[in-house]
Amino acid sequence: PSHGVFHLGRPATEDEVAAWDIDIRPDGAGLPEGRGTVAQGETLFADQCASCHGDFGEAVGRWPVLAGGQGTLMNERPEKTVGSFWPYLSTVYDYIRRAMPFGNARSLSDDDVYALTAYVLYLNDIVTEEDFELSKENFTSIRLPNEDNFIDDDRLSEPHYAANIEPCMKDCKPGKAEITKHAAVLDVTPDSVDDEENT
Amino acid sequence: MSVVQKGGAAVASASRRQFLKAGLAGGAVAAASTVAGGALAAGDPLITEIQDWNRYPGDGVDAFPYGKPSQFESEVVRRNVPWLTSDSISSINFTPLHELDGIITPNGLCFERHHAGIAVVDPQQHRLMINGLVDTPLVFTMADLMRFPRENRVYFLECAANSGMEWRGSQLNGCQFTHGMVHCVMYTGVPLKYLLEEAGVKTSAKWIMPEGADASAMTRSIPLEKALEDCLVAFKMNGEALRPEQGYPLRLVVPGWEGNMWIKWLRRIEVGDEPWHQREETSKYTDLLANGKARRFTWVMDVKSVITNPSPQAPIKYKRGRTVLTGLAWSGNGTIKRVDVTLDGGRNWVTARLDGPSLSKSLHRFYYEFDWDGSELFLQSRAIDEAGFVQPTKDELRAARGDNSIYHNNGIQTWHVNPDGVIENVEIS
Repeated sequence: PSHGVFHLGRPATEDEVAAWDIDIRPDGAGLPEGRGTVAQGETLFADQCASCHGDFGEAVGRWPVLAGGQGTLMNERPEKTVGSFWPYLSTVYDYIRRAMPFGNARSLSDDDVYALTAYVLYLNDIVTEEDFELSKENFTSIRLPNEDNFIDDDRLSEPHYAANIEPCMKDCKPGKAEITKHAAVLDVTPDSVDDEENT
Repeated sequence: MSVVQKGGAAVASASRRQFLKAGLAGGAVAAASTVAGGALAAGDPLITEIQDWNRYPGDGVDAFPYGKPSQFESEVVRRNVPWLTSDSISSINFTPLHELDGIITPNGLCFERHHAGIAVVDPQQHRLMINGLVDTPLVFTMADLMRFPRENRVYFLECAANSGMEWRGSQLNGCQFTHGMVHCVMYTGVPLKYLLEEAGVKTSAKWIMPEGADASAMTRSIPLEKALEDCLVAFKMNGEALRPEQGYPLRLVVPGWEGNMWIKWLRRIEVGDEPWHQREETSKYTDLLANGKARRFTWVMDVKSVITNPSPQAPIKYKRGRTVLTGLAWSGNGTIKRVDVTLDGGRNWVTARLDGPSLSKSLHRFYYEFDWDGSELFLQSRAIDEAGFVQPTKDELRAARGDNSIYHNNGIQTWHVNPDGVIENVEIS
């Protein structure tokens, strides 16, 4: 009963917090001791990652593309990768350590994750030397190209958000409605449950 | 192609292809009606002849310790669209909105969104940790959590990507697929503020970060203000334990905000002074605009509605006459004040009838009853929430954002009803 109003739960131990609190912030808070080079990362990537993400981060099938796409964000079909879109390197380290490889999460050492993060930088031409070593010490000196292109939610500035506008109820548009886009033309909707069972 | 019996009538199951076939086989349908009409002269055999269910007893009370829907409701299921994602473990399925009514989603039909599949967590072995900028980092067991004061609240949960496939135009043919990443249940849980107060939040704290126990260890940054306002740590949905696919034994409830933030299998809440910029709030759940900038922290789900029936999966099966139009409306800003409906693609609108509970940040049910004259219809619904926000058109959204936002598509949906009662997802001028 040393804490709180209801005196429920118990204090967490330091080891317990260390085991679960593995998140990292853009300012480097949470980074573990460790280091790894591009070359080490390349070997790990080939063994652990390339079967889904491709040898050069270009991806296999519909798995996520990790590299390339710089300059495509205003294109009709943008390619959003670590190099073209992600704002912070901390997210790369955090996410690989937390959730990758898909199907075998939490299996990489802290040094492994530094090496893989270095290799992802290399795939995106953000570092160019194979002997580049990423470590806790130099981590926050690396900036990703798209960091400045994120803005906080400003939906309220959109014209249709003007609150309390009474919408039109009668004779709102001239002429008869004409169809401009059909879902049925694409025909990508799954058929009924019965059809699935019978095929 | 098999045939499903519904309401005593033989009805082909509701896929677009089958309805095209049904259209081609119009002569056969007419012939069947003639037979039914002839039978009526002597009386409907379903009435004049004794039926099996009237003669023989059915199953006893021990047959189904946990009951299931009628066998005649086998089409009322969650559906996946396999081409949307690279595999079914990090994927989505859809609530069959076209078959449901009222505002509460049955637990077994609530859409699923996982990033590393359905974690199987023994509640005896589950732990919730609170750490970071607190006086005393704490660990709770489920038994501990059950000793806090509880609240019961009905909320909708909508995936940020609901309707996201429709940004470029009409794509999927049915409201299950275009709008079915939403569900609405009554949660029972502990206000998050009680748990945070138990640990003692430091004055420097401004953010929290919930984390899941599954293999994706899902994380999001949430402002402390929201956490203290109305977030719940929930262990029940619609009166029973959370379903495994909804985070059993514990999930976060973040009323009105995008579904990704409702962390399932909740195991840890960190308190901090800055957001963490995790993968799910940088790479994902950020909204790319036409100018190449991307919005982040687009948390609230805006005012939205959809006509669930009639709709492409729920065509009109009679030629004309009395017709019940129904749908759902919801807003992350509070209650729904009004829903307007148009039959002519937005030329003229009428105000629909809201029925059932009107609860903040929950689904609302609307109806509009009318006599259909058998001519083609362009159905739309337009919701207005208590903040005064009017549901926009898709064109208004595209004008402001472009085509590549992926998330937060709350644009007005159009269904085209042709004179045969076949219905298609369209966009119109």
